[in-house]
Amino acid sequence: MKIKVFVTPKRNVLDPQGVAVGHALESLGLSGLRGTRVGKVVELEVEAADTPQLRAQLDKLCRDLLSNPVIEDYHYEIAAS
Amino acid sequence: MTPATTNIAVVQFPGSNCDQDAFQLFASGLGLATRYVWHKDTRLGEADLVVLPGGFSYGDYLRCGAIARFSPVMGAVREHAQRGGLVLGICNGFQILCEAGLLPGALIRNSSLEYRCMTCELRVEDAGPAFNPGALGARIRLPIGHGEGNYRIDEAGRAALEANRQVILRYCDNPNGSFDDIAGVRSEGGNVFGMMPHPDRAFERFHPSQDGLSVARAVLAAGSAEFARKSA
Repeated sequence: MKIKVFVTPKRNVLDPQGVAVGHALESLGLSGLRGTRVGKVVELEVEAADTPQLRAQLDKLCRDLLSNPVIEDYHYEIAAS
Repeated sequence: MTPATTNIAVVQFPGSNCDQDAFQLFASGLGLATRYVWHKDTRLGEADLVVLPGGFSYGDYLRCGAIARFSPVMGAVREHAQRGGLVLGICNGFQILCEAGLLPGALIRNSSLEYRCMTCELRVEDAGPAFNPGALGARIRLPIGHGEGNYRIDEAGRAALEANRQVILRYCDNPNGSFDDIAGVRSEGGNVFGMMPHPDRAFERFHPSQDGLSVARAVLAAGSAEFARKSA
């Protein structure tokens, strides 16, 4: 199955990259822009079943490696492949 | 600690590029027994101070320091720190220590989005018996060179930093958007130090300053203070 992990800067943490991209979007004519946050997507392909154990393991990996809880939030989507 | 008994271990990660600078700071700058430890080693050997040098460990992939934090050697570094042993992280080394949770906070992209390479004036904070303006002078000058030196910490973490006097250095003219002008911090226990500025680029005559020497001495003196406190 395929797992997509989304990592984004926390709402209350400054995102310099998001601010710069937001300015560029506005200069290209986008009006009414209220906010821009730049994060990353990590795609995994795993041979496993979607079980509570797997999700617990995924949460730990997201907290330990894929995101830094001090500055980032994460969530993931699981799709059968 | 006297020079004859002080051992310095400089960790080399794939992508470290200030390992030789850090080595020379302690070996030639202070004349101490200094050696390298490879990131795959699981033991540090005899070491009073472990230095995590600057660079771009693992290409800065994912986040700066995020992958180095899981290197085999980091288990030994963590145990060393937990025993009260001295650890100094410079630049990427600071990022690794934050990722590993050995220091509070995190370092994100500079607010300018630019890599900043310059000599900075720094205010020395009173962070205990070893690291203070009396030992180092009220102001020192050290070079920086980083794209991700923008220090972030939540409100609770900030309160703890202040209460425990954990901020060791502040920028006089903030180059990267760092929260509260913070350039360097120490652990609550006073034995783990991290800073974005490079003492390892400030000790030779041709360097912009020689203030790196007093920073290195202050870190080593913190070990003596810690040792004195624990054996008292």
